[in-house]
Amino acid sequence: MQVPILKQGAYLIATVQSALTDEDLKQLRDTLVVSVSKVRARGVIVDVTALDVIDSFATRTLRDVAHMIRLRGAETVIVGIQPEVAFSMVKLGLSLEGIATSLDLEEGLAYLDRKGKGPGQEVGTHR
Amino acid sequence: MANTQDFATFAEARLETTASRLRELVAHLRQQRAQLREEWARLITEAKLLTAMTKEEIFAEATSVYDNYVEALETGTYEALQAYARNLSERIIPRGVETHEVVGIVLLLRDVLARSLFAKYREDFNKLNRILDAYEPAANRIAGTVAVGFVQERERIIREQQEAIRELSTPVLQVRERLLILPIIGVIDPQRTRQLTEQLLRGIRTNRAKVVVLDITGVPYIDSPVANHLVQTVEAARLLGANVIVTGLSPEIAQTLVNIGVDLGKMNTVGDLQGGIEEAERLLGYKVVPMQEPTAAHVVG
Repeated sequence: MQVPILKQGAYLIATVQSALTDEDLKQLRDTLVVSVSKVRARGVIVDVTALDVIDSFATRTLRDVAHMIRLRGAETVIVGIQPEVAFSMVKLGLSLEGIATSLDLEEGLAYLDRKGKGPGQEVGTHR
Repeated sequence: MANTQDFATFAEARLETTASRLRELVAHLRQQRAQLREEWARLITEAKLLTAMTKEEIFAEATSVYDNYVEALETGTYEALQAYARNLSERIIPRGVETHEVVGIVLLLRDVLARSLFAKYREDFNKLNRILDAYEPAANRIAGTVAVGFVQERERIIREQQEAIRELSTPVLQVRERLLILPIIGVIDPQRTRQLTEQLLRGIRTNRAKVVVLDITGVPYIDSPVANHLVQTVEAARLLGANVIVTGLSPEIAQTLVNIGVDLGKMNTVGDLQGGIEEAERLLGYKVVPMQEPTAAHVVG
């Protein structure tokens, strides 16, 4: 199941719509990292609202995506982690240390705007 | 074999004699009712049982327990006694009557009745033996029924209260747009911790909170599993995009957290609730200013 990636202004939005296999995750990672500079995106939002389970591989892949995208010059926000999923991740010792997370898409967009890379704002303003 | 048949008739006869002996016993207990009841009430007071009740109350309860007891002996059914035990427990538990007291009085009654049987059949040892054969199993069963009834009632009340406490225990309050407070009072047990986590994470979602102040001023201490769970809750909240500020940590809790080696980088802690709310407002970009100078208000007043 491929993850659709939409461009919205200066941001890329990847909305996960069903459970992902490891292959799908890798593909998502590769596509995001390639397209982020192709469309000159300043931020990437990965929406995982539909996921009931986020396992260690998914966590690691999401972390890798965030780090790689930062190296490519953009910010990443993971949005829509369900409360139950969040708690079981923490229980399993899976963390998204140093990676921005937000409640939902709206919050994620607001976060990226605040980050100062949003349209109409100076780069590098206070956080 | 002839023996088998003998045995069957013997067992039947025995059953019948047990019944007839119980009848005899019941008649005796009915006849001696006033005296035995009084003796029993006296022993209860002497043994300092049911201290929460007055003498008259003890006597009244003793009378009905006695009658129910004799009735259970007579009919061999325990439903009525069970119902009575439950009803009695319902009345006396709120007055602080303990399990050992209830068990104590029932055993006392058993002894009082056994004594009266001793007195009555002193002459005929064999007969006494047979009467006791009939009496003892029934009496033990009655004692068991009453004690179990009491304990069950007690447990039911405890369960109800636990439920009530659980419902009261974790309010999630919104103080400002995007700002929640969770004041926690009392000891946190594992069950409550689970509930707390659930409430907190649900609260963040439904109120779209960005900052949560978790105030544990009212919590005297926590053990390490609970501390761990709290830290995990804070991390899980972060995954939902919310900041948790923990306020009012007691010295004991601080020690527990340090002992389990919590990563302080993940926990935002502030001394008291006021400080926590101020910090939360700062994170949310609120600024609270007084409407006029406090001194000016003082002069006007």
